[in-house]
Amino acid sequence: MAAAKPDLSQILVAHAGREGPLLPILHDVQTAFGCVSAQAEAQIAHALNLSRAEVHGVVSFYHDFTAAPDPRPLVQLCRAEACQARGVEAMVGAAQAAAGDRVNLTAVYCLGLCSQGPAARIGDTLHARLDEAALIALVERA
Amino acid sequence: MTVVRISDDALALACGADSVAHAFAAAGCEVQRVSSWGMHWLEPLVEIDGLGFGPVIPDDVAGILDGSSGKAIGQIADHPFIAGQQRLTFARAGLTRPLSLDDYAATGGWAGLTRARAMAPADVVDEVIASGLRGRGGAGFPAGIKWRTVASAPGTRKYIVCNADEGDSGTFADRMLMEGDPFQLIEGMAIAAHAVGAQAGYIYVRSEYPHAIAKLNLALGFAQDVIAPLRIEVRVGAGAYVCGEETSLLNSIEGKRGEVRAKPPLPALEGLFGLPTVVNNVLTLAAVPHIMIEGGASLYDSLGIDRSKGTMPIQLAGNIRYGGLYETAFGITLHQLIHDIGGGTASGRPVKAAQVGGPLGAYIPPARFDLPFDYEAYAGADALIGHGGITVFDDSADMGAMARFAMEFCAVESCGKCTPCRIGSTRGVELIDRIRSGAAADPVAGLPQMHNAPKQPRSRDEDIALLEDLCDTMKFGSLCALGGFTPYPVLSALKHWPEDFAT
Repeated sequence: MAAAKPDLSQILVAHAGREGPLLPILHDVQTAFGCVSAQAEAQIAHALNLSRAEVHGVVSFYHDFTAAPDPRPLVQLCRAEACQARGVEAMVGAAQAAAGDRVNLTAVYCLGLCSQGPAARIGDTLHARLDEAALIALVERA
Repeated sequence: MTVVRISDDALALACGADSVAHAFAAAGCEVQRVSSWGMHWLEPLVEIDGLGFGPVIPDDVAGILDGSSGKAIGQIADHPFIAGQQRLTFARAGLTRPLSLDDYAATGGWAGLTRARAMAPADVVDEVIASGLRGRGGAGFPAGIKWRTVASAPGTRKYIVCNADEGDSGTFADRMLMEGDPFQLIEGMAIAAHAVGAQAGYIYVRSEYPHAIAKLNLALGFAQDVIAPLRIEVRVGAGAYVCGEETSLLNSIEGKRGEVRAKPPLPALEGLFGLPTVVNNVLTLAAVPHIMIEGGASLYDSLGIDRSKGTMPIQLAGNIRYGGLYETAFGITLHQLIHDIGGGTASGRPVKAAQVGGPLGAYIPPARFDLPFDYEAYAGADALIGHGGITVFDDSADMGAMARFAMEFCAVESCGKCTPCRIGSTRGVELIDRIRSGAAADPVAGLPQMHNAPKQPRSRDEDIALLEDLCDTMKFGSLCALGGFTPYPVLSALKHWPEDFAT
């Protein structure tokens, strides 16, 4: 069954009256549409009585919001200090080769699994104690 | 029916706890999902009648049930890693179901809040001051003094904000507490709200912690009536490391770019939406319910050394054999933590360095592992405790590369508000690259319009002096800890491992 077509005005209504509603709205928009487009920025700005520049400034500040959707599956690989200490950097090349253009393999700075790294996140599913083979398998299955 | 207890902490899940839980359920057991004991190398850890087994995979289930499993570790509570700890903040770790109000109440939950509400707000503040509790987020500012400032600030609308933007690599205690004992954090916030006269609270959690967000939202729903009239809401970050800085965090909740604010005004006086605001770390607020029970404050004050009172949930991370959460009184040395408790490196190679306090903490060489865990002792050694995370590196680590990474990370995550951090971090990366590669002079410096640039290329020693000078500027000229503390990992690496900067 196809999900209902996301509706920006409904998202805006759902957050009406909240204190500091912009980030919650942007999260919902990013989840529903896969991005926060320039058009969405304009509509949000209008609803919150902000300028488009103000909304764009916020959207572009945070890593979680993107201007265009990326249909590829997303694999976030932790490359922070603790995972580096457990050898993640040596696996990055092989993981990138496995990802190619099909998978969006990005770095994340800390998933909080620092005692059992290297760690990765796909959606809300976490993976720890990765070695190169396990990481490649994850990327290929994504 | 056999009752099997398995953690539903994110780390246990990442190591396959769900499939183990399903296998036990399929074998006819009653499975209870509890918080994690914090012995991460044993996750998924299975507990049956107090006896532990780990790390378990689904194929081990039959052996555990018929008593033939080789993964038995005996009584979990007697395990040296657990028995040696002094758990106050993490007293319920491994013992309770995170979202069970019954379990929480049965283990002393809400006792601190009940007692606090029977007291005058000013007396609550005085007890927190007397306990010696200091902010666990890194700065170590006395929590009670901050509360007193907010309580005495003019105005009727005030806020409690919990900083749960635990972005530092090597730290996970906030995550474990939010996932394992969310009611304790909520109780701590309710006590703080009573003490300062706040009506609303926010918990700002980073988006990298989906499990913590889900648990907090559920817990807030369950605890709504207990904490009323206080309202608490979870706000989700959006991937900006700098939002762990308190003023940047406040801007983010307000729906602005996560840029740092200049202080003063202090958030205690002009914080969220310009109103008096308590901003405390998860561990600070979670320590409060214990302090507020009868005799809790004096017990807290009796632990620790010097001006570092109470216990610290220390996180053993990185290349360490027995990694996890170790809560103990201040004063323990790095040698005890890394070798006696942590069992050395996971790789079995010699320890080269330990970074204490996250990405902005200094790299400490084994020769200094006698340093006692204490805010002032670390400050005296040009290091910081930060959030209590210890990341261990073995001898394969390239400390020059780690120094470069620190500068690069700062460059990427800088909010851009102040120049030392925004520009200095990028210049720092370039300088470290030049020192490490021995590259020729910067072509820009040779341009005719660069009147102030030296006409001769800088020598390596001059480059190093320049890097030290740059770090000095960042340290004293930056608005917040991101630019101000990035020099700690850089300079400590340069000082203790100069050979890693050689060409």
